[in-house]
Amino acid sequence: MSLETAANQSRSFGNATHLVCRACGASATLGADYSCWECFGPLEVAYEFGNITREQIQSGPLSLWRYAALLPVPANVADSRNLAPGFTRLHKADRLAKALGITGQLWIKDDSGNPTHSFKDRVVAVAQSAGIALGFNTLACASTGNLAHAVAAAAARAGQRSVVLVPSNLEANKIQATAAYNGLVIGIDGNYDDVNRLCGELIGEEVSADWGFVNVNLRPYYAEGSKTVGYEIAEQLGWRLPDQVVIPVASGALLTKVDKGWREFIGLGLVEDRPYRVFGAQATGCNPVSAAWRDGHEVVRPVKPDTIAKSLAIGNPADGPYALDAVRRTNGAVGDVTDEEVIEGIRLLAECEGIFGETSGGVTVATTRKLLAAGLLDPTAETVILNTGEGLKTLDAVSTGTGFSATISPNVESVTNVIESSS
Amino acid sequence: MSISVRIPTILRTYTQGSALVELESTPATLLEAIDALEAIGPGIKGRLIDDEGKLRRFINLYINDDDVRFLDGLASVLNDGAQISIVPAVAGG
Repeated sequence: MSLETAANQSRSFGNATHLVCRACGASATLGADYSCWECFGPLEVAYEFGNITREQIQSGPLSLWRYAALLPVPANVADSRNLAPGFTRLHKADRLAKALGITGQLWIKDDSGNPTHSFKDRVVAVAQSAGIALGFNTLACASTGNLAHAVAAAAARAGQRSVVLVPSNLEANKIQATAAYNGLVIGIDGNYDDVNRLCGELIGEEVSADWGFVNVNLRPYYAEGSKTVGYEIAEQLGWRLPDQVVIPVASGALLTKVDKGWREFIGLGLVEDRPYRVFGAQATGCNPVSAAWRDGHEVVRPVKPDTIAKSLAIGNPADGPYALDAVRRTNGAVGDVTDEEVIEGIRLLAECEGIFGETSGGVTVATTRKLLAAGLLDPTAETVILNTGEGLKTLDAVSTGTGFSATISPNVESVTNVIESSS
Repeated sequence: MSISVRIPTILRTYTQGSALVELESTPATLLEAIDALEAIGPGIKGRLIDDEGKLRRFINLYINDDDVRFLDGLASVLNDGAQISIVPAVAGG
């Protein structure tokens, strides 16, 4: 690499300096690698941050790019054509707190407010920037749905081609929404783990040589985008950390990165260093991390997913061991809930807070209830719950028992009858 | 029919750049297939299996469409014409 290319490349990745293996500590240059050449461990972005202040961040745009100095992106990333996701609402959830028996403050970080209605817009925005810097012209992914939607939209905005690979049994709403952006949407006969494996096999193949897979060969950059959920919670709470947080777990990357983001904020002196507890939420039909936590295992044994919470249906979660590390280090826990409890969780969130979450939101609310009942979550502490996606994407899950309360003639007597019979 | 092995980019230095290796022998188990691979590219076995003889943590092995962790691990039986695939672990969603 020439000095000029190296200089351009380093500017493309902001304060990021290199990749480092989370398992063995080996270093690699900033490139399209996701797996350590020594031990196959996951590679993570390393930085030299220098001095970053609250004022610098607050003077930035009202999107995740206000944290550009903490991400592997160029300083002027906000000027490029992207969806500028993030800075979603942190919603004070008093009615849900009461319903759950929480006497401390309860907050919902509602990432359904992102451009394609899930937290995946954050990770895609960072991966897209890295993909452009590394010369990929096509944005690709393996997805359980939300990521496909985010990739197709981000690629359209930037004028890139997109190729998304998803399980063919995905919710129809997610497929239709993704197809609207006119990228290539490929259904795979198999579950998410089959799709993920295929995408791993496509790396290095001629047909996909030009594809930046956001969650495969761009994964180290992609995963960093999740830190911004943690940054925003801390900033929106007035530059401080909550006592406890409940995070849905699929690959385990979001939980791991929220924790990483908070530790970075502490390290930079942006928030006070105080103890916090990290909790994970899974569906019982795909609970490899919860099972490992319950059984005291360090290794996550893969499972074959069978749950309505398809966005969390990753049976072989690569970041599972790291999610367990974060949970155990912070004295948290991981719980799981049945599909019936997921639906109850969706309805509870909707009727208490006016937030219609997708199945993963139902998983998180229902798991919060279960962890409270088990005495693992502290009902008197300040708690943040993550809703990572939009209920309109998983309407099938709540199709039973929803619909008209009544169908009547257009007159006052009929309305009166309905109201009287329902009260 | 012979047994074939799909090799990820990261391990192709052991297979002279080949993405797909056809084994000339007829291994009965996954472990025997890995031994046959070792004969082709010395050193590759150590990249897949640790000192205790266990499959390394961040590597996934498949026989046809099945993750070997759901079969019998390294003792999994290979049928005629089986395709083995080696894939470094990746996450996503």
